[in-house]
Amino acid sequence: MSEAIEPVIDVEGLREEGVDLALAEQVAPDRDISVKVGDALVEVKNLTMKFGGLTALDDVTFDIKRGEILGLIGPNGAGKTTCFNAMTGVYKPSSGKVLLEGQSLGGLAQHKITRRGLARTFQNIRLFGEMTALENVVVGLDARHRTSVGGALLRLPTHVREEKSSIERGMALLEFVGIADHAHFLSRHLPYGHQRRLEIARALATDPKLLCLDEPAAGFNPAEKEELMTLIRTIRDDGYTVLLIEHDMKLVMGVTDRIVVLEFGKKIADDVPKVIREDPKVVAAYLGEPEDDLA
Amino acid sequence: MSTTDGPTLLPSAGAQQDAVDRESLGKQKKGWFNGLGTRWNGLPRQKQWLYLLVIVAVAYLLPILNIPGLTTEPGNNWPLALAQMSIYALVAVGLNIVVGYAGLLDLGYVAFFAVGSYTASMLTSPDSPYVHIPYLWTLPVAMAVAMFFGVMLGIPTLRLRGDYLAIVTLGFGEIVRILATIIPAMKGQVGFQNVGHPPGTDSSGNAIFLNSNGAPWYWLTLTVIIVVLLLAGNLERSRVGRAWIAIREDEDAAEIMGVPTFKYKVWAFALGASVGGLSGALFAGQVGFVNNQKFDVVTSVLFLCAVVLGGTGNKVGAIVGGALVAYIPLRFTAIAEYKYLIFGIALVIIMIFRPAGIFPARQRLLAYGTQVYNKFTHRGSDTPPGGQGEAVGGAHVAGAEEKGAQA
Repeated sequence: MSEAIEPVIDVEGLREEGVDLALAEQVAPDRDISVKVGDALVEVKNLTMKFGGLTALDDVTFDIKRGEILGLIGPNGAGKTTCFNAMTGVYKPSSGKVLLEGQSLGGLAQHKITRRGLARTFQNIRLFGEMTALENVVVGLDARHRTSVGGALLRLPTHVREEKSSIERGMALLEFVGIADHAHFLSRHLPYGHQRRLEIARALATDPKLLCLDEPAAGFNPAEKEELMTLIRTIRDDGYTVLLIEHDMKLVMGVTDRIVVLEFGKKIADDVPKVIREDPKVVAAYLGEPEDDLA
Repeated sequence: MSTTDGPTLLPSAGAQQDAVDRESLGKQKKGWFNGLGTRWNGLPRQKQWLYLLVIVAVAYLLPILNIPGLTTEPGNNWPLALAQMSIYALVAVGLNIVVGYAGLLDLGYVAFFAVGSYTASMLTSPDSPYVHIPYLWTLPVAMAVAMFFGVMLGIPTLRLRGDYLAIVTLGFGEIVRILATIIPAMKGQVGFQNVGHPPGTDSSGNAIFLNSNGAPWYWLTLTVIIVVLLLAGNLERSRVGRAWIAIREDEDAAEIMGVPTFKYKVWAFALGASVGGLSGALFAGQVGFVNNQKFDVVTSVLFLCAVVLGGTGNKVGAIVGGALVAYIPLRFTAIAEYKYLIFGIALVIIMIFRPAGIFPARQRLLAYGTQVYNKFTHRGSDTPPGGQGEAVGGAHVAGAEEKGAQA
């Protein structure tokens, strides 16, 4: 890893959002990221994904800049989740590659990709139901732990240190997403909105360089969406980079810095929200007839 | 799961009521021993140790106490029965690591038990032409050999899931038994006699560890069980235990959350196998005779039965299950013939009325989690988290405030 560049934490932004700064500091990633803020952190190059005769992704190229919230949108079946899965190693791309800080992620096992710094949530919530909320988060934290089986068996000092720190950091993460008071509940007993937040906390726990959120607001009412948007912005202001797949145009337009639009597996647009909204191709493909209350 | 009526994130009165409801729901599960688990977890640490000490002391005294009603006599010698029960309990503890924690259905666990037995007998019995070592040394050797077999079996088969894995392990169990029959060095049905035992003689010069004297074997095995339990508890409350449970719950999600699932599955197999090997070696020593007749599939299923009966994933449950499976045919000799019938019916009944086993217990996966959790459970549920009149985005603010309030 080349020289690390400190993450830029938007203190003003955090203060505006009413976040405890000490807490934000505790949650902030201490990952060594070698690209500058604003440079391409992840590059998706000519990514093609074929399932038999079906081309789900066709030569998709875009990049994600450090410190931004990138929206990935498109109609149902456009290949958004496929793109996610190809990036995180769930699928092996038919061709093309994904670079994280200039290094290819192709062929790596999924857990290694996570350790490189790509974390994700799931469209259909996939928590560990028999674990408490806190334990779910600690599983994410374990991705950075070094304790071996022997170390755990004999309770060596590394293990003890990591266990203690993971309680603190895990609680901080739960507090950050706003569900600290539910830390002791089994995750399957949590209310739906809390489960979504817990998924985000668990993904943040792996200390990602890029956090990928797959429709985090699915099933939320407008008020809850509003809160989630605030949370996503807070995450960005805390120094993370976010890739957001979302259906809800209002949410996407309101929170993202840049939007990539997919249709039938192809990229049809890639620009700031304002331009995307006016783009006739996008309007035709996704937004339908322009309406006044779109924003 | 409903996607439309998720409760609001704002800490409204409704949400509070929900939280209270859930809390009370968690406290009053229906069942026979439920209060027990909750009450146990509510006890302070010192009190837990005190109770444990009493239980352990009683367990050690069992062969001497010979409680009427509980005892297997006159049909079967009580200390010998205890020795056998303890060995089954140890097997169940080992199998519980594989089946209960990592959720890998292993139908061929008896193979590792056999490997341990043969290791101990071939290294100590006068019938064996190989190197002889003192019996106690065969215990770690048996563990290592069984572990090796566990890894050898695990690496190719753990890419399979569910039913497929179960079938492959079933085959492995048979392979070991058949190998013991056809390899001349393993002596098939003739077997090995006079397997070694730990050293030591009593005042009159007789060996302490006789095949006919169960008590010392019981005490030895009980000690081993306690050590294994402590180590297994350490594993459970570490990233290893969390990785196992995560794999059991959702293997794909675990992998994506950075858990090297394959590695930890092999570890579960290896550690489970080593405990199986250890119990096999103890069994060989206690019985004193090993041949190919004792390691059939039915025994394997019996082991699995012990784990499921006791409560999958629960160490204490595994011990009780293992001991019960050995105890029932010895205690009720009249029905011993029908033991498989009885266990079959018992399993069906348990699966219907108590699918999580006699002692369903959730694993505690954090070494230092108790204080954090207690903070929540002891705090009155009538003080809602965060203020009610909080502005939009209040979830974070509420969290921050709460932190301040606790400081």
